[in-house]
Amino acid sequence: MLHIVNKSHRQTTALASCLRLAKPGQALLLTEDAVYAATKGGAESAGLAGALAKLKVYVLQPDVEARGMAGKLVDGVTAVGYDGFVDLVTEHSTNQSWL
Amino acid sequence: MKKFMFVNRKAPYGTIYALESLEVVLITATFDQDVSLAFIDDGVYELAKTQDTKGIGIKNHSKTYRALDGYDVEKLYVERESLEARGLTEADLLVDVEVLSTAQMADLMAEQDVVLSF
Repeated sequence: MLHIVNKSHRQTTALASCLRLAKPGQALLLTEDAVYAATKGGAESAGLAGALAKLKVYVLQPDVEARGMAGKLVDGVTAVGYDGFVDLVTEHSTNQSWL
Repeated sequence: MKKFMFVNRKAPYGTIYALESLEVVLITATFDQDVSLAFIDDGVYELAKTQDTKGIGIKNHSKTYRALDGYDVEKLYVERESLEARGLTEADLLVDVEVLSTAQMADLMAEQDVVLSF
């Protein structure tokens, strides 16, 4: 299962609910405003440490760069491009976009 | 036959998500698929009894949940944590559901072929 979240963790509960219901070993891709959750300033309030302990966490690099966050990602998060996004979707038999 | 889960996380009338989810559920059921509905976060409000929308000019679609068994959609799951966080109990809901722990809901989600979020 690949979980995909695209909203800021400060604005909606999508990421919190995703982390509550994701199972260890599954994958999480943060896109658009959700990438703030993977930054040094946002990771703590987003509960990202817990996510990194049980999930493989990816961020969409173009969204990170667009927001000026490229130098601020926390360790343990893997940045991917659009091609990597496609690879993640094809590598997982199911995915869930949290709205 | 594939296992489809519809994950409902929005309250009923503030956005169109709840109604759209119901529409897609009915379509999917028509194609003889294994359909489950999960109610999480504000999605549990969709199942509250005594909804009356006369005053807001929007169709009361909550009655449709009671018609789902006519389409062989009988797997309705509610996350206990979401229910309790909103001061609700199973007795406040308008249909029979199975109340699951967070871990049970996570297991159920993980075994689906397709998960659609609303």
